[in-house]
Amino acid sequence: MAGYLFLAIVVLATAAYFVGTMSGRRLVPAGGEKVHSLPGYHGLLGAFAVFIPAAIVLLLWLAFQSRIVDIFLVNSLPSTLIEGRGTGQMSLLLSEIRNVAAGVVFSEPVPDVVAAAERLKSFREVSEWIIAALVAVLMLGGFLWVRSQIAVRFRARNAVERVLSGVMVACAGLAILITLAIFFSLLYEAIRFFSVVPPLEFFFGLRWEPQIAIRADQVAGAGAFGAIPVFVGTFLVAAVAMAVATPIGLFTAIYLVEYSSDRFRSIIKPTLEILAGVPTVVYGFFAVLTVAPAIREAGGLIGIVMSPNSALAAGLVMGIMLIPIIASLSDDALRAVPRTMRDGSLAMGATPGETVMKVLVPAAIPGIMGGVLLATSIAIGETMIVAMAAGLIASLTINPLDSVTTVTVQIITLLTGDTEFDSPKTLAAFGLGLVLFLMTLILNVIALTIVKRFREQYD
Amino acid sequence: MDATLGMAKTTETAGAPLIQSEINHATPVRARDVVVHYGTKQALFGVSIDIPERSVTAFIGPSGCGKSTFLRCINRMNDTIVGCKVTGKIELEGADIYDPSLDVVELRARVGMVFQKPNPFPKSIYDNVAYGPKIHGLAQSKSALDEIVHSSLRKAGLWNEVKDRLNEPGTGLSGGQQQRLCIARAIAVGPEVILMDEPCSALDPIATAIVEELIDELRENYTIVIVTHSMQQAARVSQKTAFFHLGKLIEEGKTEDIFTNPKHKQTQDYITGRIG
Repeated sequence: MAGYLFLAIVVLATAAYFVGTMSGRRLVPAGGEKVHSLPGYHGLLGAFAVFIPAAIVLLLWLAFQSRIVDIFLVNSLPSTLIEGRGTGQMSLLLSEIRNVAAGVVFSEPVPDVVAAAERLKSFREVSEWIIAALVAVLMLGGFLWVRSQIAVRFRARNAVERVLSGVMVACAGLAILITLAIFFSLLYEAIRFFSVVPPLEFFFGLRWEPQIAIRADQVAGAGAFGAIPVFVGTFLVAAVAMAVATPIGLFTAIYLVEYSSDRFRSIIKPTLEILAGVPTVVYGFFAVLTVAPAIREAGGLIGIVMSPNSALAAGLVMGIMLIPIIASLSDDALRAVPRTMRDGSLAMGATPGETVMKVLVPAAIPGIMGGVLLATSIAIGETMIVAMAAGLIASLTINPLDSVTTVTVQIITLLTGDTEFDSPKTLAAFGLGLVLFLMTLILNVIALTIVKRFREQYD
Repeated sequence: MDATLGMAKTTETAGAPLIQSEINHATPVRARDVVVHYGTKQALFGVSIDIPERSVTAFIGPSGCGKSTFLRCINRMNDTIVGCKVTGKIELEGADIYDPSLDVVELRARVGMVFQKPNPFPKSIYDNVAYGPKIHGLAQSKSALDEIVHSSLRKAGLWNEVKDRLNEPGTGLSGGQQQRLCIARAIAVGPEVILMDEPCSALDPIATAIVEELIDELRENYTIVIVTHSMQQAARVSQKTAFFHLGKLIEEGKTEDIFTNPKHKQTQDYITGRIG
């Protein structure tokens, strides 16, 4: 139904465009006057007036109709059917009614449910008729309004400009709205988690054993939700990654800016871009199949026994993944240092190396720091590499040769397989997710602030 | 010594310097048939000139005439431009500066440079001046370094304005002060020659007057080459003037000769404002 309505809106908006254009073309300016807007603007305004209000109402209807219908449905249910049901069972009942209404019947439904399904069908029908009528009225109204406005001095051109800028504002605002929506959905689940597990235990506990029984007959641990080992593991892997990526990325950037010939740069730059475009799952293979065994063997040669999925292997490969990001942001920062600085230093008789280390890098350090912080927040949030190459057991250690686990790996393990959406085990994922989101958000804000301040320095 | 005294006296009558003994000066910089290409484009066509010691030589000419290009050949700053090729010969104290065995880093310590736009490093005033002495290892102790920084700032006429705020950033100074800081920075390395590429073009008239006065004082101790767009400036500060046009050195000579009695029509046209 919504699909047909949308199609109708598009077709009628197109029609309105042509009608508007034609009316615009037919305008006859009276003595000395000039038609204000080109015919196309009259047409566009007509199309907007038909499309935008109708489309917005249709979208709102899509978003809210099922909830509103549910409210009517629940209110119409006989009290015998509702009595003694919790929220969980209530939603079970509703989905049973929906299934019956859709013709999917597993077992013989109670007559009350069959009656409710019939009512649901009629509610839906009414709702569809209402929306169809509403959309039709809006389209007609918009069209007639524009028709009545079209005149020699009507400023359709300016009106189109205003509509377009409104559309752009809406698109830009969407990013903010989505960020807020993500945050609140995480917050909602995390609050449920913290009502089961006290925040103190979560933030300061040293034991992380979330694999509790979700059915009475399962054998499992009692559960412990102290997130410290998980966070320590995350930071350990991220620290190894940054220890690899920062110097290599920075020196790559310095080389590209200050030393390399154009020809060499034309090879290095695309290679870095390829590195940046490698899917993280491929990095994961690389970590598991190549790097981890190599490290283990190397450790064996000098007599160190280490776990196959060490923090070192995951961190190293993640570091390789981050090199292009740091290199490209440092490259930008170094290039933003005015050429006159460089010339000033070289003209003093400084070598290129001295110029880089004593003038360019200090001048570019805010930009470089911004890049490093952005890379850190990526390292903390990176999932696939650690999921494949890091461990599952949360051990509290800062030895990179040990196996550790990370926040993202834990979220995956908690949410895959047999889960129940109100057990603390599952909800713990949202607690972790919220903290992860906040950490990367704060890191990004700091990084962007630094980068911005740096930009202002030379303008 | 006679010569310097003579110059000091004559320049007091501002605007019309008269130097008789200039020809007798030693010439630390000698250029012969210098040709510069940027890629395939030729920017200089066989420039030959002698730069006299302890005096100010001005390069004038319309934009794109090659005067800055030639200036940047003297301390090999053109090396930093990709595709720039210099042929011919430039000697500093008799040694070819384009000789492969010459260390360009040492050359640039002997031939300092001040740029068009003041370009202090984003460091403190003190560190700006101490930068050169530090990288060249000119000071053995902190007090020796202090001494170099202080005397360079004094020579650049900036000491009284900044002595109480040596640790503040050099970028916080006014434009004219920044340019004098850059001059102090160049002096601190103890160069023989100082190249100035339109040093006053980004400054207001008052700051320009102060820098010009400073240039006049500096010529007691340094050989100065200045590129300028302003013919008045060339007339005010220089003893020798060279006129460039379309990559060629058209005419060179004593400043007052160039301005009062140019031999070439092109020079005359430029000075009277008909080309440029």
